[in-house]
Amino acid sequence: MRGREWSRPVRPARREVLSAIPELEEGRPPLLFVPGFGHGAWAFAEHWLGHAASRGFPAYALSLRGHGASEPAPEATLRAYAHDVVQVAASLPRQAVLVGHGAGALVVAHALARYPARSAVLVAPVFGGWKVLGTALRRNPAGTLPAVFGGPLRLSRGQLFSREVPDEEARRYVGRLGRAGRRAQWSLLGEPEAEPAVGAPPVLVLGSPDDRVVPASTLTRVARRYGSAPLLFPGMGHDLMLDARWAEPIDAILDWLEKEPTAH
Amino acid sequence: MPTSTDHGRPDPEATSPAAHGDGRPVSDRGDTVCVIGAGASGLTAIKNLREHGFGVDCYERETGVGGAWNWRHDRSPVYASTHLISSKPFTQFPDFPMPDSWPDYPHHAQVLSYFERYADHFDLRSHIWFGTEVIRVEPAEGERWDVTTRSTGGYGPERTARYAAVVIANGHNWSPKLPRYEGLEEFRGEIMHASSYKDPAQLRGKRVLVVGAGNTGCDIAVEAAQQASRCWHSTRRGYWYAPKYVLGRPADQVNDTLLALRVPLRMRQWLYHWTLRLTVGDLTRFGLPKPDHRVYETHPIANSQLVYYVGHGGIGPVPDIARFHPYAVELTDGREIDPEVVIFATGYLPRFEFLDASVFADSAGAGRPTLWLNAFTPGHPTLAVAGLLQPDSGLFTLSHWQTVLFARLLRARRDRPDRAAAFAKRVRDRAGERYSGPVKDSSRHWFEVGHADYLRAIQRALIELEGK
Repeated sequence: MRGREWSRPVRPARREVLSAIPELEEGRPPLLFVPGFGHGAWAFAEHWLGHAASRGFPAYALSLRGHGASEPAPEATLRAYAHDVVQVAASLPRQAVLVGHGAGALVVAHALARYPARSAVLVAPVFGGWKVLGTALRRNPAGTLPAVFGGPLRLSRGQLFSREVPDEEARRYVGRLGRAGRRAQWSLLGEPEAEPAVGAPPVLVLGSPDDRVVPASTLTRVARRYGSAPLLFPGMGHDLMLDARWAEPIDAILDWLEKEPTAH
Repeated sequence: MPTSTDHGRPDPEATSPAAHGDGRPVSDRGDTVCVIGAGASGLTAIKNLREHGFGVDCYERETGVGGAWNWRHDRSPVYASTHLISSKPFTQFPDFPMPDSWPDYPHHAQVLSYFERYADHFDLRSHIWFGTEVIRVEPAEGERWDVTTRSTGGYGPERTARYAAVVIANGHNWSPKLPRYEGLEEFRGEIMHASSYKDPAQLRGKRVLVVGAGNTGCDIAVEAAQQASRCWHSTRRGYWYAPKYVLGRPADQVNDTLLALRVPLRMRQWLYHWTLRLTVGDLTRFGLPKPDHRVYETHPIANSQLVYYVGHGGIGPVPDIARFHPYAVELTDGREIDPEVVIFATGYLPRFEFLDASVFADSAGAGRPTLWLNAFTPGHPTLAVAGLLQPDSGLFTLSHWQTVLFARLLRARRDRPDRAAAFAKRVRDRAGERYSGPVKDSSRHWFEVGHADYLRAIQRALIELEGK
């Protein structure tokens, strides 16, 4: 019984959805990319959307409310973000694969309890907790500390990208970062665990051992929760989709989707 | 469209023939489950059974999905202006929300498009045999079922296939229940059941009598108030007419806030009466009969416009009908009125003509099965009925959870037979349980459930089955 879903449904919001559709319909499942906090759909439009489409997968990316070109929503909660993902997933022509990055992976984990995805991919998942906060405080105290008190979370270039990304490009990306809702940010500290995924979809976890936001041990822990081991890409930063070697992880995801049987 | 070769259509020639009791060939469909009907409950049954790893053959007598909500279907009760009476969160499937851009109370055409999208999104159509009606469902050995089908309308040969389980989702709002009145046969005006009412043009410029104060009756009375030259609305008793919006929000959502807080029934009734006094006011002032019961004791009527049109003189409330005369209708208060059209919005009765009444322990054959959770039959652990509910909310969420429970039960029969046996015992012991407050024992309330109580009961059954 989900009393809150009935009595207090999430308020609708206008959402930005970017897409790249293959010219030929090959019967592949649509992918829905969910960016992490601060990022918008643009982060996937840069490289991954086009690449997925070129390999025959219809690819979509949304901006959670308050991010990118979606409607501003300073009071958004994790539940509202999960609602955004489920709404867009249900609007796609066929059962979708959800791909969440960073805190977007946490949003995807919550959305999976409300939408039977064909399968799911968690990229450098930020599931919150004190350990992640500790790492962030150590690496970037000035950017992290205000977030604890409801201010914006500012991620630095060093946290997000490897040294291979040209300076100018990295600065451009960091300049585009926005901020998540205050309440959503806080939920990274004390949010209850997501309900189990409906339809028991296969879940792939991947990330980088050199990620300066998500420690490798967290990757292992999240992957274990879904009964697998993480796929690792050494030498890459947290934003795998914008890093210099962005093609490797997306190719790995698409290879997995081609091989992996669907949820049924 | 799938063909008989690409999708394993039960074909007696192609599979090793088992023999039915009377020697008919039966194609064995193994672990496949048969779903009867591709309306709201049938679709969610297919989806959830597939999600739990079962093969499904669904038979649909019409040529499209949507059941009652597909106005092209000859059994559809919807009319041109039908809107949902429960708001979106109460109506949608819990794992496939209606779009944010839709209104709180969508139109029936939107509901149909929602089902079509649901069917396409989860690739359900390839499991549905359209234009095929089920004519017999008989128990077979090993708690399996022989299902006999043929083309809708009686064309073509009959085929029988044996299934591991059956979900009956044939709907219960298509077989009209017509009351008997003295002199009805002699009445010279037009008589129709609400199921035949499709368009306000049928009422335009006429003197119309609408009988029945269900949600349909009230909706049609409101339409008649706008189209007909005169409208009478006959009800046997007084009802509470709840507005669709309270405090600027859909009324059912406000009510569920109280349910979520577990406010006791008495308190909720008091609050409800108080809200109605503030919004609708004293109904007897409008000439409507005083309700003889408290709110929540009959099926809720959500209609913001009825009282408004009574207030404008568009609707004349009248009591029950005493008898019909050739050109007039006599009312129980002695008055006579002269309608040209009489519309009976008097509800429907469920029918399971393909099933022997003994399966449902329905000795009277009236269509009232004795079930647990309104879905499970004592003595038949592989048979379930989906959507046989009259909830105080939308139906689709409840059908969803019913079919999830049935899919989990079928899985438990394979993996945890002890749990499945315990479930079967509960079905035998608790068949006939009710999930609503005190309601009158008329056929209108046979399947009445309070959605919160009912969902909690399903949740308990799931936990008991899976031992969490």
